[in-house]
Order: sequence, then C-alpha cells, then structure tokens
Amino acid sequence: MTPTTTPQHFSGLGAHLPEHPEHLWRNPEPKRSYDVVIVGGGGHGLATAHYLARNHGITNVAVLEKGWLAGGNMARNTTLIRSNYLWDESAGIYEHALELWEGLEEDLGYPILFSQRGVLNLAHTEQDVRDSVCRVEANRLNGVDAEWLGPDEVAKVCPIVNVSSDIRYPVQGATFQPRAGIAKHDYVAWGFARRADQAGIDLLQHCEVTGFTTDGDRVTGLRTTRGDIACGTVALCAAGHTSVLLDQLGIAAPLQSHPLQALVSELLEPVHPTIVMSNAVHVYVSQAHKGELVMGAGIDAATGYGQRGSFSIIERQMAAAVELFPVFARAHLLRSWAGVVDVTPDASPIIGRTPYDNVVLNCGWGTGGFKATPGLGWCLAHTIAHGEPHPLVAPFGLDRFTTGALVDEHGAAAVAH
Amino acid sequence: MQLIRCPWCGPREETEFHPGGPATVPYPADPAALSDADWARFVFVRPNPKGPSREWWAHSAGCRRWFAAERDTRTHRFTGPMTAGAP
Repeated sequence: MTPTTTPQHFSGLGAHLPEHPEHLWRNPEPKRSYDVVIVGGGGHGLATAHYLARNHGITNVAVLEKGWLAGGNMARNTTLIRSNYLWDESAGIYEHALELWEGLEEDLGYPILFSQRGVLNLAHTEQDVRDSVCRVEANRLNGVDAEWLGPDEVAKVCPIVNVSSDIRYPVQGATFQPRAGIAKHDYVAWGFARRADQAGIDLLQHCEVTGFTTDGDRVTGLRTTRGDIACGTVALCAAGHTSVLLDQLGIAAPLQSHPLQALVSELLEPVHPTIVMSNAVHVYVSQAHKGELVMGAGIDAATGYGQRGSFSIIERQMAAAVELFPVFARAHLLRSWAGVVDVTPDASPIIGRTPYDNVVLNCGWGTGGFKATPGLGWCLAHTIAHGEPHPLVAPFGLDRFTTGALVDEHGAAAVAH
Repeated sequence: MQLIRCPWCGPREETEFHPGGPATVPYPADPAALSDADWARFVFVRPNPKGPSREWWAHSAGCRRWFAAERDTRTHRFTGPMTAGAP
C-alpha cells in the first residue's frame, strides 16, 4: 500500500495558508504593578476596563482572568436585556444599562447583534396580574417603556404562545417592554476586550488570584498563578467565585453560589419574534439569530460550584415551555449547560466599598448580570476613578444588610432573569 | 438523577429532598447583646465554601425528617455520614 500523502506534503500545504488574521487583543506578560487590577475577565470586568479608559483616561490597568476571557457566565447566559424592574434603584441602573446598549455598537466599533425585539413577562394568576400592572406603572414613572397587554394582545405580539384558558397556568396577560432585547454575548465581550486592549489595558488570561498581601486596611498586592502583582485599586468582578476571594480577605458577604442552567434547541426557522418570560413556571425563551431556541431555567436549590445542574430542573422547565408553546413539542434539545451564579438575600447586586480602603466589590448579580454589563462597567469605573460610589450604584452597598435598606427584587421584578 | 441517602429511608431520588442551608450557624447565645452588624451577619451571611460543606437537608417528600450531611460543592457529591438531629 502506497501512502497518498506524507508529512512533507502536509507541511508543504501549511506554507500556502494565509497569515493568521490579526488578534482582537494582545496576550501580554503581566507587569509587576498596575494602578487598577480588575479580578475577573467576564463581561463586567471587561466593561469596567473599557470605561476606565474611555471615561476616565485610566489605562494602567490589568484584567485578571483565571480561565480564558469571557468563558464563565458571560459564555453561559441567555443574553436577555431589559430594564422593567419594580424598584427605583433597580430601574435606575438597568435603564442606564439599556440606554448604553442602544449605542454600544457605535461606541465599541464592533457588531454585537443587539436586537430590540421586546419582552413579555406573563401573568398567570390574579395576583400576578395585580403585581404586573403595578410594575408597569412603576416602570412608567421611572421613564422605562412598559405596557400591560391582555391575552389577545399577547397573542398578537407572539402568536405561538398558547393563550387558551384550558391549560394548567393560563395566560391572564403580560407586561411588555418593547425596548428589551437580546445581543450576541461573545461579541459583546470581544468588543469590550478589543477596545480595552487598544487603550493599552493588559488582559491577562490563565491568571488566577491565589491570595492577597495586605497592609492594615489596604491590599497591596495579589498573588497569582502568573506571579505577584502590586496594585493601586482592586475591583472584584468574579461573579459566582466572589466568595472564594472574599474568604481570603476575611470579608463576610451574604452570597450563595448556585448552578443556573440554560439550554438550546437545534436550529429552527424563525418562529419566535420576541422574548417570553414566565416567572410562575420558571421558563424564559427567545430565539437566537442563528435559529436556536434559547431557554433559561431556575437555579438549583442547593449551592454548588460544579457548573452543572439537576436534570429535574430542566425537565420541569421543558414541561412548562411545551405547555406555553405547543409548537416546541417536536423540537430537539441540542445541548444544556450551567453557570455558577452568586445570589443575594434580596436578589439585588452588591456594589461598592469593602472594609479595605482600596478594594471595590461588584457581585451578587445572581441570575441577571448580563443585561447590566455596560451600565455596571460605567458605574464601577466611576466608583474606582472617584473613590466614591456612582449615584446609580450607591443604593447597592454591602452596608444595606446592616441598615436594612434592602432592594427587594425577589418576586417583584419577574426575577427569573 | 442523583440519589441521596436518607438516614431513615435509605437512598432516594434527589427530588424528594430539600436543602436547608449550612448546618453551622448557631442561634446567638445572647441575642439582646447583638449589634446591628452582628444581627446582619446572623440573618444574612452564610458560609459559601467551594469544597466540603456541612448542610441541613430535609427528606421533605418522604419521612419529612431533617438530617445533617456533608457535601462537596465542587462535585455536588455527598461525602460524609448523614447524621440525624444535631450536626
């Protein structure tokens, strides 16, 4: 038998391949010291880096990522963007984020496939209806676009929703926010990373923080798997792994890390024109540009860092989805996955000061951090640059658990994010 | 589906159980002496370890009794003995 190709042939072929296209960011060696070190290279960390450079001219910055850029929850979320939260504090930060989303492609000079297709939050009981109408009015008072739709109007916005009264949880109506939408999560991360890199910020991948060096009430440096790094200010943007870092610093924060699952179907022709969320039956569905149905589930009740959730959660979610969308009954599941989300007692994030003078905290976004990405980045950069919390994040300080000024979005704002 | 071993009923499917949080948070010995910060810590702050975790579980769709268990939060595996009553 005569081989038809030899290794020499392969290397010959390689010589004719075009040059590798330009990378979107460098892969620099860590410097010994930075003015600002951001721990966590997900959406929030990258957005914070971008706005530090863009709004404040601060560029001696490193973003430390223990894996690869945006490979944690930023790669695992269901990309829903909305601002129809009940309380003033939440509407403030999420609406600020939504306004930034609306101009983000131009700002980043990068396509993010932001598609404002609206979100329906279904109401299934009389109490749901009362709460939803109340939330619509609260949204309007905060300048957030919102309307209440009856079942017939729901069917006009999204014809595939089953609005028959003959199902286990009949659709009694829905709130509708037309400006809500979805974006391509990877492109969002790459857009922020590219601009931060262009500004001279070092994005350090495979650089896990293993400890801190402190001097009184200051953190002077970070121990990492790529060497020690001295720091001016440290910003923690580590989502589900925040507790691991805070334990090393001896800071107590009310966080519990849970698995949160999502899944996609095979590619289908466009059937779903909007986003539908149902709090009562714990399912939310949109259709990605490519055609997959993207569905999010609820968290597992037990805590866990394993990036996998219980099958029973998916099963219950699918049962609800198929009842609400009978047309999905023949769709096939392509894959499912889980992220690790850090949940707080009031379902609102924790942002701002810590007992250490030069450490700022950004965590506790639970199941809903993606939508806040640009808004949080903007406000956290301001907080770092000025040493004072931005007014939009000031209500979310760690001290609220002592003062009792909670921002209780549990159940108030269709909390299945 | 994960099987969890109830100390009374033996191995059962996980959907029969309910997690009750860390089994390491005692009620304050002298509640009247607590500051606001102490209360905040007792009411809101719980251990959130990545690794072994000592937890309350209830066999809520079975014998309805509580037990303490050790579970590894990285793998979600139950690793220690299940103990009836106090942790």
